[in-house]
Amino acid sequence: MKAFAFERPRDAEAAVALVANRPGAAFLGGGTNLVDHMKLGIASPELLVDVTRLPFDTVEELDGRVVRIGAAVRNSDLSAHPLIRERYPVLSEALVAGASGQLRNLATTAGNLLQRTRCVYFQDRTTPCNKRAPGSGCSAIGGYSRELAILGASEHCIATHPSDMAVAMAVLEAVVQVQGPDGSRSIPIGELHRLPGDEPERDTTLAHGELITAVDLPPVAGVSAYRKVRDRASFAFALVSVAALLDVADGKVADVRIALGGVAHKPWRAETAEAHLRGGPISEDAFRAAAEAELEAAAPIGEEAFKVPLARNTIVAVLRDLSERS
Amino acid sequence: MIYRAPTCAGCRIGVAALVVEATITLTVDGEERTATVDTRVTLLDLLREHLAQASAKKGCDHGQCGSCTVLLNGRRVTTCLAFAVQHDGAEITTAAGVGSAEAPHPVQRAFLDHDGFQCGYCTPGQICSAVGMLAELEAGWPSHVTTDVASAPARTREEIRERMSGNLCRCGAYVNIVAAIEQAAER
Repeated sequence: MKAFAFERPRDAEAAVALVANRPGAAFLGGGTNLVDHMKLGIASPELLVDVTRLPFDTVEELDGRVVRIGAAVRNSDLSAHPLIRERYPVLSEALVAGASGQLRNLATTAGNLLQRTRCVYFQDRTTPCNKRAPGSGCSAIGGYSRELAILGASEHCIATHPSDMAVAMAVLEAVVQVQGPDGSRSIPIGELHRLPGDEPERDTTLAHGELITAVDLPPVAGVSAYRKVRDRASFAFALVSVAALLDVADGKVADVRIALGGVAHKPWRAETAEAHLRGGPISEDAFRAAAEAELEAAAPIGEEAFKVPLARNTIVAVLRDLSERS
Repeated sequence: MIYRAPTCAGCRIGVAALVVEATITLTVDGEERTATVDTRVTLLDLLREHLAQASAKKGCDHGQCGSCTVLLNGRRVTTCLAFAVQHDGAEITTAAGVGSAEAPHPVQRAFLDHDGFQCGYCTPGQICSAVGMLAELEAGWPSHVTTDVASAPARTREEIRERMSGNLCRCGAYVNIVAAIEQAAER
Protein backbone atom coordinates (compact mmCIF):
# COMPACT_ATOMS: atom_id res chain seq x y z
CA MET A 1 0.00 0.00 0.00
CA LYS A 2 1.29 3.45 -0.85
CA ALA A 3 1.74 5.98 1.95
CA PHE A 4 -1.02 8.55 2.32
CA ALA A 5 -1.66 11.68 4.31
CA PHE A 6 -4.79 11.97 6.43
CA GLU A 7 -6.95 14.99 7.15
CA ARG A 8 -10.09 15.45 9.19
CA PRO A 9 -11.56 18.82 8.13
CA ARG A 10 -14.04 20.68 10.30
CA ASP A 11 -16.70 21.25 7.68
CA ALA A 12 -17.88 20.18 4.24
CA GLU A 13 -16.38 23.24 2.52
CA ALA A 14 -12.91 22.38 3.78
CA ALA A 15 -13.37 18.71 2.88
CA VAL A 16 -14.42 19.58 -0.67
CA ALA A 17 -11.53 22.02 -1.09
CA LEU A 18 -9.00 19.43 0.10
CA VAL A 19 -10.16 16.80 -2.40
CA ALA A 20 -11.08 19.03 -5.34
CA ASN A 21 -7.61 20.57 -5.44
CA ARG A 22 -5.74 17.26 -5.46
CA PRO A 23 -6.33 14.62 -8.14
CA GLY A 24 -4.88 11.97 -5.80
CA ALA A 25 -7.16 12.77 -2.87
CA ALA A 26 -10.23 10.79 -1.84
CA PHE A 27 -13.00 11.09 0.73
CA LEU A 28 -12.97 8.37 3.39
CA GLY A 29 -16.26 7.13 4.86
CA GLY A 30 -16.56 3.85 6.75
CA GLY A 31 -13.68 2.44 4.73
CA THR A 32 -15.20 -1.00 4.18
CA ASN A 33 -14.69 -0.77 0.40
CA LEU A 34 -11.92 1.82 -0.06
CA VAL A 35 -9.55 0.36 2.56
CA ASP A 36 -9.99 -3.05 0.93
CA HIS A 37 -9.15 -1.53 -2.48
CA MET A 38 -6.03 0.06 -1.05
CA LYS A 39 -4.94 -3.32 0.33
CA LEU A 40 -5.60 -4.93 -3.05
CA GLY A 41 -3.57 -2.23 -4.78
CA ILE A 42 -6.44 -1.08 -6.97
CA ALA A 43 -6.74 2.32 -5.27
CA SER A 44 -3.80 4.38 -4.06
CA PRO A 45 -4.92 7.80 -2.85
CA GLU A 46 -2.17 10.12 -1.62
CA LEU A 47 -4.54 11.92 0.74
CA LEU A 48 -7.56 10.56 2.60
CA VAL A 49 -10.09 13.11 3.84
CA ASP A 50 -12.19 11.67 6.67
CA VAL A 51 -15.80 12.83 6.31
CA THR A 52 -17.36 10.59 8.96
CA ARG A 53 -17.23 13.24 11.67
CA LEU A 54 -18.89 15.98 9.61
CA PRO A 55 -22.37 16.89 10.88
CA PHE A 56 -24.20 14.62 8.42
CA ASP A 57 -25.01 11.84 10.85
CA THR A 58 -28.74 12.25 11.45
CA VAL A 59 -32.03 11.14 9.90
CA GLU A 60 -34.62 13.89 10.12
CA GLU A 61 -37.95 14.95 8.69
CA LEU A 62 -37.99 18.14 6.62
CA ASP A 63 -40.98 20.17 5.44
CA GLY A 64 -43.31 18.32 3.09
CA ARG A 65 -42.70 15.00 4.85
CA VAL A 66 -39.34 14.58 3.11
CA VAL A 67 -36.94 12.45 5.14
CA ARG A 68 -33.31 13.57 4.95
CA ILE A 69 -30.64 10.94 5.55
CA GLY A 70 -27.21 12.34 6.41
CA ALA A 71 -24.40 11.00 4.24
CA ALA A 72 -22.44 9.75 7.26
CA VAL A 73 -25.34 7.80 8.81
CA ARG A 74 -24.16 4.22 9.25
CA ASN A 75 -26.05 1.51 7.37
CA SER A 76 -27.06 -0.19 10.63
CA ASP A 77 -28.45 3.01 12.15
CA LEU A 78 -30.37 3.76 8.96
CA SER A 79 -31.92 0.27 8.79
CA ALA A 80 -33.01 0.55 12.43
CA HIS A 81 -34.35 4.11 12.29
CA PRO A 82 -38.09 4.31 13.12
CA LEU A 83 -38.84 6.73 10.24
CA ILE A 84 -37.26 4.32 7.73
CA ARG A 85 -38.80 1.14 9.19
CA GLU A 86 -42.29 2.61 9.25
CA ARG A 87 -42.39 4.69 6.05
CA TYR A 88 -39.80 3.06 3.80
CA PRO A 89 -39.61 -0.61 4.81
CA VAL A 90 -38.14 -1.46 1.40
CA LEU A 91 -35.05 0.55 2.36
CA SER A 92 -34.69 -1.06 5.76
CA GLU A 93 -35.09 -4.51 4.16
CA ALA A 94 -32.48 -3.73 1.51
CA LEU A 95 -29.97 -2.51 4.09
CA VAL A 96 -30.22 -5.59 6.31
CA ALA A 97 -29.89 -7.81 3.22
CA GLY A 98 -26.43 -6.35 2.61
CA ALA A 99 -23.02 -7.20 4.12
CA SER A 100 -22.69 -8.34 7.76
CA GLY A 101 -23.60 -6.75 11.08
CA GLN A 102 -20.00 -5.63 11.63
CA LEU A 103 -19.71 -4.01 8.19
CA ARG A 104 -23.10 -2.28 8.46
CA ASN A 105 -21.87 -0.66 11.70
CA LEU A 106 -19.04 0.98 9.74
CA ALA A 107 -20.45 1.57 6.24
CA THR A 108 -22.04 4.96 5.55
CA THR A 109 -24.96 6.01 3.36
CA ALA A 110 -22.77 7.88 0.85
CA GLY A 111 -20.12 5.19 0.90
CA ASN A 112 -22.73 2.54 0.14
CA LEU A 113 -23.85 4.52 -2.93
CA LEU A 114 -20.25 4.94 -4.07
CA GLN A 115 -19.03 1.38 -3.49
CA ARG A 116 -17.53 -0.22 -6.57
CA THR A 117 -18.27 -3.42 -8.45
CA ARG A 118 -17.33 -6.79 -7.00
CA CYS A 119 -16.40 -8.12 -10.47
CA VAL A 120 -13.49 -10.45 -9.67
CA TYR A 121 -11.36 -9.01 -12.47
CA PHE A 122 -11.81 -5.44 -11.26
CA GLN A 123 -10.48 -6.57 -7.88
CA ASP A 124 -7.52 -8.46 -9.36
CA ARG A 125 -4.88 -6.11 -10.69
CA THR A 126 -3.07 -8.92 -12.53
CA THR A 127 -5.90 -9.12 -15.08
CA PRO A 128 -7.08 -6.66 -17.76
CA CYS A 129 -10.07 -4.54 -16.72
CA ASN A 130 -11.36 -1.44 -18.47
CA LYS A 131 -12.89 -0.10 -15.27
CA ARG A 132 -9.63 -0.32 -13.31
CA ALA A 133 -7.18 0.26 -16.17
CA PRO A 134 -9.00 1.95 -19.08
CA GLY A 135 -8.13 0.45 -22.44
CA SER A 136 -6.68 -2.77 -21.02
CA GLY A 137 -9.68 -4.88 -22.04
CA CYS A 138 -12.47 -6.74 -20.24
CA SER A 139 -11.57 -10.13 -18.76
CA ALA A 140 -15.16 -10.82 -17.76
CA ILE A 141 -16.40 -10.96 -21.35
CA GLY A 142 -15.84 -14.61 -22.12
CA GLY A 143 -14.64 -15.20 -18.55
CA TYR A 144 -16.25 -15.74 -15.15
CA SER A 145 -19.40 -13.67 -15.43
CA ARG A 146 -22.28 -15.32 -13.58
CA GLU A 147 -22.51 -12.34 -11.21
CA LEU A 148 -22.39 -9.74 -13.98
CA ALA A 149 -24.72 -7.65 -16.10
CA ILE A 150 -27.60 -8.69 -18.35
CA LEU A 151 -28.90 -5.16 -18.98
CA GLY A 152 -27.22 -1.97 -20.18
CA ALA A 153 -23.72 -3.42 -20.50
CA SER A 154 -21.23 -2.38 -23.18
CA GLU A 155 -18.51 -4.09 -25.16
CA HIS A 156 -16.06 -2.54 -22.69
CA CYS A 157 -17.58 -3.58 -19.37
CA ILE A 158 -20.25 -5.92 -17.98
CA ALA A 159 -19.80 -5.02 -14.30
CA THR A 160 -22.75 -4.76 -11.91
CA HIS A 161 -23.33 -2.27 -9.13
CA PRO A 162 -23.27 -4.22 -5.85
CA SER A 163 -25.45 -2.07 -3.58
CA ASP A 164 -28.75 -3.28 -2.14
CA MET A 165 -29.52 0.08 -0.52
CA ALA A 166 -29.26 1.96 -3.82
CA VAL A 167 -31.84 -0.35 -5.44
CA ALA A 168 -34.38 0.52 -2.75
CA MET A 169 -33.52 4.22 -3.10
CA ALA A 170 -34.19 3.92 -6.85
CA VAL A 171 -37.83 2.92 -6.29
CA LEU A 172 -38.17 5.59 -3.61
CA GLU A 173 -36.98 8.19 -6.15
CA ALA A 174 -34.44 9.52 -3.68
CA VAL A 175 -32.63 12.77 -4.34
CA VAL A 176 -28.89 12.93 -3.66
CA GLN A 177 -27.59 16.21 -2.22
CA VAL A 178 -24.08 17.04 -3.35
CA GLN A 179 -21.65 19.78 -2.40
CA GLY A 180 -18.87 20.69 -4.80
CA PRO A 181 -16.24 23.39 -5.21
CA ASP A 182 -18.75 25.55 -7.14
CA GLY A 183 -21.69 25.08 -4.76
CA SER A 184 -24.32 22.46 -4.15
CA ARG A 185 -26.69 20.57 -6.42
CA SER A 186 -29.40 17.89 -6.23
CA ILE A 187 -29.19 14.71 -8.32
CA PRO A 188 -32.14 12.34 -8.79
CA ILE A 189 -30.89 8.89 -7.75
CA GLY A 190 -31.51 7.57 -11.26
CA GLU A 191 -28.96 10.03 -12.60
CA LEU A 192 -26.24 9.40 -10.01
CA HIS A 193 -24.96 6.09 -11.36
CA ARG A 194 -24.21 5.63 -15.05
CA LEU A 195 -24.03 2.83 -17.58
CA PRO A 196 -20.51 1.80 -18.62
CA GLY A 197 -20.59 2.86 -22.30
CA ASP A 198 -17.05 3.61 -23.40
CA GLU A 199 -16.05 5.08 -20.03
CA PRO A 200 -16.52 2.17 -17.59
CA GLU A 201 -13.97 3.75 -15.23
CA ARG A 202 -16.67 6.27 -14.29
CA ASP A 203 -19.26 4.74 -11.97
CA THR A 204 -21.18 7.95 -11.33
CA THR A 205 -21.87 11.41 -12.72
CA LEU A 206 -20.08 13.07 -9.79
CA ALA A 207 -17.04 15.23 -10.53
CA HIS A 208 -13.83 14.78 -8.54
CA GLY A 209 -14.21 16.68 -5.30
CA GLU A 210 -18.00 16.57 -5.18
CA LEU A 211 -19.16 15.32 -1.79
CA ILE A 212 -22.50 13.64 -1.10
CA THR A 213 -23.94 15.33 2.00
CA ALA A 214 -27.41 13.77 2.23
CA VAL A 215 -30.04 11.62 0.54
CA ASP A 216 -33.64 12.87 0.59
CA LEU A 217 -36.65 10.54 0.45
CA PRO A 218 -39.94 12.03 -0.73
CA PRO A 219 -43.20 10.67 0.72
CA VAL A 220 -44.59 7.55 -0.98
CA ALA A 221 -47.94 5.73 -1.09
CA GLY A 222 -48.55 1.99 -1.27
CA VAL A 223 -46.71 -1.08 0.00
CA SER A 224 -43.07 -1.87 -0.72
CA ALA A 225 -40.63 -4.75 -0.41
CA TYR A 226 -37.09 -5.85 -1.24
CA ARG A 227 -36.21 -9.38 -2.25
CA LYS A 228 -32.65 -10.58 -2.78
CA VAL A 229 -31.62 -13.81 -4.50
CA ARG A 230 -28.08 -14.99 -3.79
CA ASP A 231 -25.89 -18.07 -3.66
CA ARG A 232 -26.19 -18.42 0.13
CA ALA A 233 -28.75 -17.29 2.68
CA SER A 234 -26.70 -14.46 4.18
CA PHE A 235 -23.62 -12.25 3.68
CA ALA A 236 -23.42 -12.51 -0.13
CA PHE A 237 -23.96 -10.12 -3.01
CA ALA A 238 -27.14 -10.33 -5.06
CA LEU A 239 -27.40 -12.44 -8.19
CA VAL A 240 -30.68 -10.63 -8.73
CA SER A 241 -32.62 -8.38 -6.39
CA VAL A 242 -35.93 -6.60 -6.78
CA ALA A 243 -37.21 -3.54 -4.95
CA ALA A 244 -40.82 -2.68 -5.68
CA LEU A 245 -43.55 -0.36 -4.56
CA LEU A 246 -47.21 -1.02 -5.40
CA ASP A 247 -50.18 1.25 -4.85
CA VAL A 248 -53.55 -0.31 -5.63
CA ALA A 249 -56.81 1.62 -6.11
CA ASP A 250 -60.18 0.19 -7.24
CA GLY A 251 -58.58 -3.17 -7.95
CA LYS A 252 -56.13 -1.67 -10.42
CA VAL A 253 -52.51 -0.56 -10.33
CA ALA A 254 -52.59 3.11 -9.35
CA ASP A 255 -48.81 3.28 -9.17
CA VAL A 256 -45.96 0.81 -9.39
CA ARG A 257 -42.22 1.22 -9.24
CA ILE A 258 -39.70 -1.56 -9.78
CA ALA A 259 -35.91 -1.53 -9.59
CA LEU A 260 -33.49 -4.41 -10.13
CA GLY A 261 -30.13 -5.01 -8.46
CA GLY A 262 -27.31 -7.29 -9.54
CA VAL A 263 -28.20 -7.03 -13.23
CA ALA A 264 -26.62 -3.78 -14.46
CA HIS A 265 -23.88 -1.18 -13.96
CA LYS A 266 -26.44 0.83 -11.97
CA PRO A 267 -29.63 0.12 -10.03
CA TRP A 268 -31.95 -0.71 -12.94
CA ARG A 269 -35.28 1.08 -12.87
CA ALA A 270 -37.70 -1.17 -14.77
CA GLU A 271 -39.67 1.60 -16.47
CA THR A 272 -40.89 -0.60 -19.31
CA ALA A 273 -42.46 -3.04 -16.86
CA GLU A 274 -43.92 -0.18 -14.84
CA ALA A 275 -45.56 1.36 -17.95
CA HIS A 276 -47.08 -2.04 -18.79
CA LEU A 277 -48.62 -2.33 -15.34
CA ARG A 278 -49.74 1.21 -14.52
CA GLY A 279 -53.54 1.55 -14.68
CA GLY A 280 -53.89 -2.15 -15.48
CA PRO A 281 -55.20 -5.20 -13.63
CA ILE A 282 -53.62 -6.96 -10.67
CA SER A 283 -52.83 -10.44 -11.94
CA GLU A 284 -49.97 -12.86 -12.18
CA ASP A 285 -50.30 -12.84 -15.98
CA ALA A 286 -49.95 -9.06 -16.05
CA PHE A 287 -46.92 -9.19 -13.76
CA ARG A 288 -45.27 -11.83 -15.95
CA ALA A 289 -45.99 -9.97 -19.18
CA ALA A 290 -44.56 -6.78 -17.72
CA ALA A 291 -41.41 -8.53 -16.49
CA GLU A 292 -40.92 -10.17 -19.88
CA ALA A 293 -41.36 -6.84 -21.64
CA GLU A 294 -38.66 -5.32 -19.43
CA LEU A 295 -36.28 -8.20 -20.02
CA GLU A 296 -36.63 -8.13 -23.80
CA ALA A 297 -33.68 -5.75 -23.62
CA ALA A 298 -31.58 -8.31 -21.73
CA ALA A 299 -28.47 -9.30 -23.67
CA PRO A 300 -26.49 -11.87 -21.70
CA ILE A 301 -23.34 -13.05 -23.45
CA GLY A 302 -22.12 -15.78 -21.10
CA GLU A 303 -22.83 -17.66 -17.91
CA GLU A 304 -24.96 -14.81 -16.54
CA ALA A 305 -27.82 -15.82 -18.88
CA PHE A 306 -29.61 -17.68 -16.04
CA LYS A 307 -30.33 -14.30 -14.51
CA VAL A 308 -32.91 -13.44 -17.17
CA PRO A 309 -35.52 -15.99 -16.03
CA LEU A 310 -34.39 -15.45 -12.43
CA ALA A 311 -35.10 -11.71 -12.70
CA ARG A 312 -38.46 -12.37 -14.36
CA ASN A 313 -39.53 -14.82 -11.66
CA THR A 314 -38.34 -12.56 -8.85
CA ILE A 315 -40.23 -9.55 -10.24
CA VAL A 316 -43.41 -11.67 -10.46
CA ALA A 317 -42.92 -13.05 -6.94
CA VAL A 318 -42.40 -9.63 -5.38
CA LEU A 319 -45.40 -8.10 -7.17
CA ARG A 320 -47.56 -11.07 -6.15
CA ASP A 321 -46.53 -10.63 -2.50
CA LEU A 322 -47.22 -6.90 -2.63
CA SER A 323 -50.62 -7.37 -4.31
CA GLU A 324 -51.64 -9.83 -1.60
CA ARG A 325 -50.75 -7.22 1.03
CA SER A 326 -52.59 -4.40 -0.79
CA MET B 1 0.77 14.40 11.68
CA ILE B 2 4.45 13.68 11.10
CA TYR B 3 5.76 13.58 7.55
CA ARG B 4 9.19 12.12 6.98
CA ALA B 5 11.24 10.57 4.22
CA PRO B 6 12.55 7.26 5.50
CA THR B 7 16.30 6.95 5.77
CA CYS B 8 17.92 3.78 4.61
CA ALA B 9 21.66 3.67 5.23
CA GLY B 10 22.16 0.40 3.41
CA CYS B 11 20.02 1.28 0.40
CA ARG B 12 21.78 2.08 -2.83
CA ILE B 13 18.63 3.29 -4.46
CA GLY B 14 17.09 6.43 -3.03
CA VAL B 15 13.88 5.91 -1.06
CA ALA B 16 11.41 8.25 -2.68
CA ALA B 17 8.27 7.21 -0.83
CA LEU B 18 7.00 9.49 1.87
CA VAL B 19 6.05 7.93 5.19
CA VAL B 20 3.25 9.60 7.07
CA GLU B 21 2.80 8.91 10.75
CA ALA B 22 0.15 9.93 13.23
CA THR B 23 -0.01 9.79 17.00
CA ILE B 24 -3.15 8.02 18.14
CA THR B 25 -4.63 7.67 21.60
CA LEU B 26 -7.24 5.01 22.25
CA THR B 27 -8.79 3.28 25.22
CA VAL B 28 -8.21 -0.46 24.87
CA ASP B 29 -9.97 -2.71 27.39
CA GLY B 30 -10.21 0.18 29.81
CA GLU B 31 -6.61 1.32 29.52
CA GLU B 32 -5.51 4.49 27.69
CA ARG B 33 -2.89 3.68 25.07
CA THR B 34 -0.91 6.00 22.77
CA ALA B 35 1.13 5.03 19.72
CA THR B 36 2.75 6.81 16.78
CA VAL B 37 2.11 4.73 13.69
CA ASP B 38 2.10 4.89 9.90
CA THR B 39 -1.29 6.04 8.59
CA ARG B 40 -1.51 2.72 6.72
CA VAL B 41 -1.81 0.75 9.96
CA THR B 42 -5.25 -0.75 10.50
CA LEU B 43 -6.92 -0.90 13.88
CA LEU B 44 -6.26 -4.64 13.84
CA ASP B 45 -2.53 -4.22 13.25
CA LEU B 46 -2.38 -1.39 15.78
CA LEU B 47 -3.80 -3.71 18.44
CA ARG B 48 -1.74 -6.75 17.53
CA GLU B 49 1.58 -5.33 16.38
CA HIS B 50 1.91 -2.01 18.19
CA LEU B 51 -0.05 -2.41 21.43
CA ALA B 52 0.67 -6.12 22.06
CA GLN B 53 -3.04 -6.86 22.40
CA ALA B 54 -3.43 -10.00 20.25
CA SER B 55 -6.97 -10.97 21.24
CA ALA B 56 -8.47 -9.87 17.90
CA LYS B 57 -7.28 -12.29 15.21
CA LYS B 58 -6.23 -11.75 11.61
CA GLY B 59 -8.06 -14.13 9.33
CA CYS B 60 -8.91 -12.92 5.83
CA ASP B 61 -7.85 -9.27 6.41
CA HIS B 62 -10.62 -8.23 3.96
CA GLY B 63 -13.73 -7.95 6.14
CA GLN B 64 -15.10 -11.32 5.15
CA CYS B 65 -14.39 -13.64 8.10
CA GLY B 66 -15.10 -11.62 11.24
CA SER B 67 -12.15 -12.96 13.28
CA CYS B 68 -10.90 -9.40 13.91
CA THR B 69 -14.21 -8.21 15.41
CA VAL B 70 -14.02 -5.93 18.45
CA LEU B 71 -16.43 -3.49 20.07
CA LEU B 72 -15.63 0.03 18.83
CA ASN B 73 -17.38 2.59 21.01
CA GLY B 74 -19.68 -0.27 22.03
CA ARG B 75 -20.51 -1.49 18.53
CA ARG B 76 -19.15 -4.58 16.80
CA VAL B 77 -16.91 -3.86 13.80
CA THR B 78 -14.25 -5.61 11.75
CA THR B 79 -10.93 -3.90 12.56
CA CYS B 80 -9.10 -5.04 9.42
CA LEU B 81 -10.92 -2.51 7.21
CA ALA B 82 -10.45 0.48 9.50
CA PHE B 83 -7.36 2.66 9.52
CA ALA B 84 -6.29 3.34 13.10
CA VAL B 85 -5.76 7.05 12.37
CA GLN B 86 -9.47 7.42 11.56
CA HIS B 87 -10.43 6.17 15.02
CA ASP B 88 -8.23 8.37 17.21
CA GLY B 89 -9.97 8.78 20.57
CA ALA B 90 -12.09 5.64 20.26
CA GLU B 91 -12.90 3.18 22.99
CA ILE B 92 -12.12 -0.41 22.05
CA THR B 93 -13.13 -3.55 23.87
CA THR B 94 -11.61 -6.84 22.72
CA ALA B 95 -12.69 -10.31 23.81
CA ALA B 96 -9.96 -10.06 26.45
CA GLY B 97 -11.75 -7.06 27.90
CA VAL B 98 -15.42 -8.11 27.92
CA GLY B 99 -14.79 -10.36 30.94
CA SER B 100 -12.00 -11.94 32.92
CA ALA B 101 -10.90 -15.45 33.82
CA GLU B 102 -12.42 -14.95 37.29
CA ALA B 103 -15.59 -13.27 36.06
CA PRO B 104 -16.27 -14.24 32.44
CA HIS B 105 -18.90 -12.41 30.45
CA PRO B 106 -22.15 -14.44 30.12
CA VAL B 107 -21.31 -14.96 26.43
CA GLN B 108 -17.85 -16.31 27.33
CA ARG B 109 -19.36 -18.56 30.04
CA ALA B 110 -21.89 -19.87 27.50
CA PHE B 111 -19.18 -20.64 24.90
CA LEU B 112 -17.43 -22.77 27.57
CA ASP B 113 -20.68 -24.46 28.61
CA HIS B 114 -21.57 -25.40 25.03
CA ASP B 115 -18.11 -26.04 23.54
CA GLY B 116 -18.68 -23.15 21.17
CA PHE B 117 -15.28 -23.58 19.55
CA GLN B 118 -12.79 -26.14 18.35
CA CYS B 119 -9.42 -24.62 17.36
CA GLY B 120 -10.42 -21.31 18.96
CA TYR B 121 -8.98 -18.97 16.35
CA CYS B 122 -12.32 -17.36 15.44
CA THR B 123 -13.53 -17.34 19.06
CA PRO B 124 -12.49 -13.81 20.16
CA GLY B 125 -14.27 -12.41 17.10
CA GLN B 126 -17.30 -14.62 17.72
CA ILE B 127 -17.45 -13.45 21.36
CA CYS B 128 -17.27 -9.74 20.49
CA SER B 129 -19.72 -10.16 17.63
CA ALA B 130 -22.18 -12.01 19.87
CA VAL B 131 -21.94 -9.34 22.60
CA GLY B 132 -22.52 -6.57 20.04
CA MET B 133 -25.25 -8.54 18.28
CA LEU B 134 -27.21 -9.18 21.50
CA ALA B 135 -27.14 -5.45 22.22
CA GLU B 136 -28.47 -4.76 18.70
CA LEU B 137 -31.24 -7.33 19.23
CA GLU B 138 -32.05 -5.80 22.62
CA ALA B 139 -32.26 -2.37 20.96
CA GLY B 140 -34.81 -3.80 18.53
CA TRP B 141 -32.77 -3.52 15.33
CA PRO B 142 -34.33 -5.51 12.47
CA SER B 143 -32.45 -8.17 10.50
CA HIS B 144 -32.86 -9.89 7.16
CA VAL B 145 -35.03 -12.61 8.76
CA THR B 146 -37.25 -10.24 10.74
CA THR B 147 -40.71 -10.78 9.23
CA ASP B 148 -41.82 -7.17 9.62
CA VAL B 149 -38.95 -4.68 9.84
CA ALA B 150 -41.26 -2.16 11.52
CA SER B 151 -41.79 -4.46 14.51
CA ALA B 152 -39.36 -5.58 17.21
CA PRO B 153 -37.47 -8.76 16.31
CA ALA B 154 -37.95 -11.95 18.32
CA ARG B 155 -34.98 -13.59 20.04
CA THR B 156 -35.04 -16.73 17.91
CA ARG B 157 -32.37 -19.15 16.73
CA GLU B 158 -33.04 -17.97 13.16
CA GLU B 159 -32.33 -14.36 14.17
CA ILE B 160 -29.08 -15.37 15.91
CA ARG B 161 -27.89 -17.35 12.89
CA GLU B 162 -28.60 -14.51 10.46
CA ARG B 163 -27.00 -11.88 12.68
CA MET B 164 -23.84 -13.97 13.18
CA SER B 165 -23.29 -14.58 9.45
CA GLY B 166 -20.31 -12.20 9.45
CA ASN B 167 -18.29 -14.61 11.61
CA LEU B 168 -16.90 -17.71 9.94
CA CYS B 169 -15.76 -20.82 11.83
CA ARG B 170 -13.74 -23.14 9.61
CA CYS B 171 -13.95 -25.90 12.21
CA GLY B 172 -17.72 -25.73 11.81
CA ALA B 173 -18.63 -25.24 15.47
CA TYR B 174 -21.71 -23.27 14.42
CA VAL B 175 -24.27 -25.51 16.12
CA ASN B 176 -22.62 -25.06 19.51
CA ILE B 177 -21.95 -21.35 18.89
CA VAL B 178 -25.65 -20.76 18.27
CA ALA B 179 -26.57 -22.80 21.35
CA ALA B 180 -24.11 -20.77 23.43
CA ILE B 181 -25.51 -17.46 22.23
CA GLU B 182 -29.05 -18.67 22.90
CA GLN B 183 -28.05 -19.40 26.49
CA ALA B 184 -26.40 -15.99 26.88
CA ALA B 185 -29.42 -14.27 25.34
CA GLU B 186 -31.72 -15.76 27.97
CA ARG B 187 -29.88 -14.00 30.79
